[in-house]
Amino acid sequence: MNPNGTLFMPPQASTSAADVDGLFYFIYYASILFFLLVVGVSGYFAYVYRRQGAPKFTSGIAHNVQLEFTWTVIPTMLVFLVFVWGFGSYLNNSVAPKDALQIKVTGQKWFWAFDYPGGSNSVDTLVVPAGKPVQLTMSSTDVIHSFYVPDFRMKQDVVPNRYSLLWFEAPNEGVYTLFCTEYCGAVTDTTEATWKADGQAKSANKFKQKGHFNMGGVVKVVSTRQYEAFLESSNKMGEGISLEVYGEQLYNSKQCATCHSVNGSAGNGPTWKGIYGRQEKISDGTSVKADDNYIRESILEPGAKVVAGYQNIMPTYQGQLKDKQIDAIIAYMKTIK
Amino acid sequence: MSIYTEPIRQTPAPTARPTVRVKPVMPEHHYLNSPKGIMSWIYTVDHKRIGLMYFFAIMMFFTIGGIFALLLRTELLHPERDFMTARTYNQFFTLHGAIMVFLFIIPSIPAALGNFVLPLMIGAKDVAFPKLNLASWYVYVVGSLFAVFSIVTGGVETGWTFYTPYSTTTNGSVISMTLGVFILGFSSIFTGINFIVTVHKLRAPGMTFFKMPLMVWALYATAIIQVLATPVLGITMVLLILERALGIGIFDPAMGGDPVLYQHFFWFYSHPAVYIMILPGMGIISELISAMSHKKIFGYTPIAYSSLGIALISFLVWGHHMFTSGQSELSATIFSFLTFLVGIPSGIKVFNWMATLYKGSISFAAPMLYTLTFMFTFTIGGLTGIFLGALSVDIHLHDTYFVVAHFHYVMMGGTVMAFLGGIHYWWPKIWGRMYDEFWAKIACAFVFVGFNMTFFTQFILGSKGMPRRYYSYLDQYQPLHGFSSIGSYILGLGFVVMAVYLIHSIRNGKIAGKNPWGALTLEWTISSPPPTHNFDETPKLIYGAYDYDRVMTDGENITFKDVTTVSNGDDHNGNGHNGNGSKRAKIEN
Amino acid sequence: MNSPDTAETVSVKTGDNDSHDHSAEGHGNGHGHGPAHLQHHFTDSEQQADSAKLGMWVFLVTEILLFGGLFCFYAIYRAWNPEMFYNAHKVLNVQLGAFNTVVLITSSLTMALAIRSVQMNKNTQALINMGITIALAGVFLVVKYFEYEHKFHEGQLPGRWYSYEGLQGTNPHIFFSIYFAATGLHAIHIILGMSFIAWVMVRTAKQEFSSIYYTPVEMAGLYWHLVDLIWIYLFPLLYLIG
Repeated sequence: MNPNGTLFMPPQASTSAADVDGLFYFIYYASILFFLLVVGVSGYFAYVYRRQGAPKFTSGIAHNVQLEFTWTVIPTMLVFLVFVWGFGSYLNNSVAPKDALQIKVTGQKWFWAFDYPGGSNSVDTLVVPAGKPVQLTMSSTDVIHSFYVPDFRMKQDVVPNRYSLLWFEAPNEGVYTLFCTEYCGAVTDTTEATWKADGQAKSANKFKQKGHFNMGGVVKVVSTRQYEAFLESSNKMGEGISLEVYGEQLYNSKQCATCHSVNGSAGNGPTWKGIYGRQEKISDGTSVKADDNYIRESILEPGAKVVAGYQNIMPTYQGQLKDKQIDAIIAYMKTIK
Repeated sequence: MSIYTEPIRQTPAPTARPTVRVKPVMPEHHYLNSPKGIMSWIYTVDHKRIGLMYFFAIMMFFTIGGIFALLLRTELLHPERDFMTARTYNQFFTLHGAIMVFLFIIPSIPAALGNFVLPLMIGAKDVAFPKLNLASWYVYVVGSLFAVFSIVTGGVETGWTFYTPYSTTTNGSVISMTLGVFILGFSSIFTGINFIVTVHKLRAPGMTFFKMPLMVWALYATAIIQVLATPVLGITMVLLILERALGIGIFDPAMGGDPVLYQHFFWFYSHPAVYIMILPGMGIISELISAMSHKKIFGYTPIAYSSLGIALISFLVWGHHMFTSGQSELSATIFSFLTFLVGIPSGIKVFNWMATLYKGSISFAAPMLYTLTFMFTFTIGGLTGIFLGALSVDIHLHDTYFVVAHFHYVMMGGTVMAFLGGIHYWWPKIWGRMYDEFWAKIACAFVFVGFNMTFFTQFILGSKGMPRRYYSYLDQYQPLHGFSSIGSYILGLGFVVMAVYLIHSIRNGKIAGKNPWGALTLEWTISSPPPTHNFDETPKLIYGAYDYDRVMTDGENITFKDVTTVSNGDDHNGNGHNGNGSKRAKIEN
Repeated sequence: MNSPDTAETVSVKTGDNDSHDHSAEGHGNGHGHGPAHLQHHFTDSEQQADSAKLGMWVFLVTEILLFGGLFCFYAIYRAWNPEMFYNAHKVLNVQLGAFNTVVLITSSLTMALAIRSVQMNKNTQALINMGITIALAGVFLVVKYFEYEHKFHEGQLPGRWYSYEGLQGTNPHIFFSIYFAATGLHAIHIILGMSFIAWVMVRTAKQEFSSIYYTPVEMAGLYWHLVDLIWIYLFPLLYLIG
């Protein structure tokens, strides 16, 4: 295990990383050898046989069976070796151990939601215990995403209406970057207009814009004890605080803030400022009062009644929010006046 | 037949052929000036004019695509927002990709240079279907108008691959862009049909398949791919348009459709399309490396067959774009294996080019400089392909900047370098005038340095985990991104210099004469620029395309080394020998 | 223009001669003046006809691959939903489909007869045969129109337009997506074929073709046979499942 990474490779943080890097560097050095051979020999010939004065008749050599045989067979054998190696480690990585910890992953524009055994969940931060195999069962609710942790050397597309599997074992505690590597767009222009109008510093823009490029997060590898503590606290979320405060936490942690502002500025979705009890115009021309029922419906089935002027792009939170959490969000909405 | 019946020109009685080198003069009548008038261009069926019209169209789009690239690199100088929003960035990289792939690189060598040189190289007066050839140009223009229309009406931000379900649900003018791609496909198919038939039916007497220049072999293999792969892209685009416009559900997971199926169909075309791009480039390199080093091409037959081999295997490797998409382990394994298989013929070509240099008489004029650049960059591009073909390593590298760097090394370091070499090589044939060698070397140096700075850094970025199509990035990637952007400016500067001296040379260049390179293929036996109907008499093959060991010519005089040393019988090369028996030439000089 | 004593002037001159009297020089098998249909870049009629044929065949290959893509979609979705495909095909009208098959096969025959007539210099007969071909193609389209209309009425439509309720199985709209895409694309080809034949008819009426030169008629025939052939595959795949 190489914790710091090399010139080409990031740190190794999973049990399969060393094998992948081994093959990578094997190809790397073989490539350097071949590259130097081709460029060196070409350059040498180009210099030695450079034209001096008028062109002249040159050698008629056009074949050499031994040479041609050699340069066909040796590369063929080498790539065959690379194929077998790559195939072998690929297969090793594709079958999860039986006792692997099961975590469900949902990709959505533009965040990752994780569901742990026992009903806890988290967004954009995957917490796993060190030294235990973990299997992710992944799906998407909108377009194709791809789950990629460079330090683990693993990546798997996350496709709507289909489950894809991925497993890993991270031996050491640490925090590792998670990316989405299947292009999935960015916010629409209407939102950007407001953000520009905000006129804050450049760095704020980086985080205020949402899209494929910052659909990421971290994988936190922790000790088993910490992991269990996390599950517990996650289950207990909302206990001991008021519904309103819990709702505000959820507003941020469940990525509502991506599209809905609380200060009245426009976004991908309607602002939550004064939303509770407001009469909303629906895209089919009718209007509806934003009461508990409507808000609950919009969270669980966002496409049912879309507010006029907005697009039907919100993912469903069916299965991701518990009743109590929806109540908390509604309670929080009531406070935003 | 009207153009034949009127005497085109009055010339004084010819005198004996001179045996000393004369100062080259421009022919009075050539394809550029006879017939005259804008209408004669609009309705032209001359493959040379059509090739030239293609050339201008694709260079226009190359410029536009290049400007998009520079804007993207500028935005990527810093992780923060520099001057465009995320969505604008997404549109720009989509347009950069779509324009460069569909409007520039696919037609670049076959439709522009290939159209110009293919009939000349096989001694034909035109391609088999001149009207179809013209139609293909107009179809190209119509297709490109659709693409431009989509830029004007809201842009496209799906990526050039138009992956479903993103492309069927997002905003923007996806339909007009994909319709444009569909139409452009027809243009490509028409060119392909024309080339296949031309190669089969219009070769000059004595020009057997294994006497054809390797450029013709490459274009022939390319045409086969164009004809076999493009229709599948066509139907895929039609279904994508129907899905988007009518919601037919074929790619929509919510309706029982499968978005990954789209990827299969898309890559069934787009992987062979990679070889539509690179094979003609390899053809050009085969010509250039032999002509510029005055050396018989090494391994003619393996190079010719490897073109066909690549064309065939290229249809069986599309799945290597989808190792992470959830296809079965078995298919991933098979695709990985075939991917390595398709690499072998390319390797054979590189070794043969290398061996061609041995004992040559190597000139370092611009075409050769680009050939050597190609050897350098294409080798890197090819070798990095091995990383991506190896299953477990690809899982890590897929959709990172490593892939971006790899295909730029192959497409730009391969095809575009070959294209630039080809432009410089045939420039005197096209215009009758030479470009400026000094400035050409300067530009080549800029392109070489700029290109490698821009893209080599991206290998490191990618293997370090930087995903592609990212508007912003973690701070740790900033130094490499900055270096890459600076490289792109140097690269852009090289192209500006090139445009200036090339355009300047069209009117002011030194008159080139028939054969400034002393090359042996047939296009160099006629005047520069060529006459309207190419060959006034059907050409006779008196030497092979690569007989630099025994023939020397400047277009006016031919010198044979030793007429008695050549025989037909024991020459197994198949390429370089006299076509019409041994009664051929007198020794001059 | 200055010095004329260069080799290219020499060859240009011969070129002129060549184009005036087409003497044997230059062309090994001099083609004389050549018939009016011979384009300048071909040596003789045979080369021109061979080229046209090869070009047409290559074009037909592209057409087959175009439909081949659709057939692949068909195969994949049928493999995934065999039950649904079996159920959905029952709503297609086999009688009408069979009738259309006969119509198209007959039209292929009349098209072949038209070529035969031109080869025997019977241009009037050829015109009649081509007329019948176009008329039969029209019949095909009319039948297709009524089939389509029925399906529109019943809501047996692709994707989100599907509203028919008499079918079991998951996602039966996919069958209709493929049905409409395939038969619609085929219908477009029928219309293109009709236009192609009509254009050849006009040229036949102008007496441009004879036993010596009839390549365009032959090409139209080839194209029409392909359109027919595709239907012969579409019919059992869509109408006769199971």
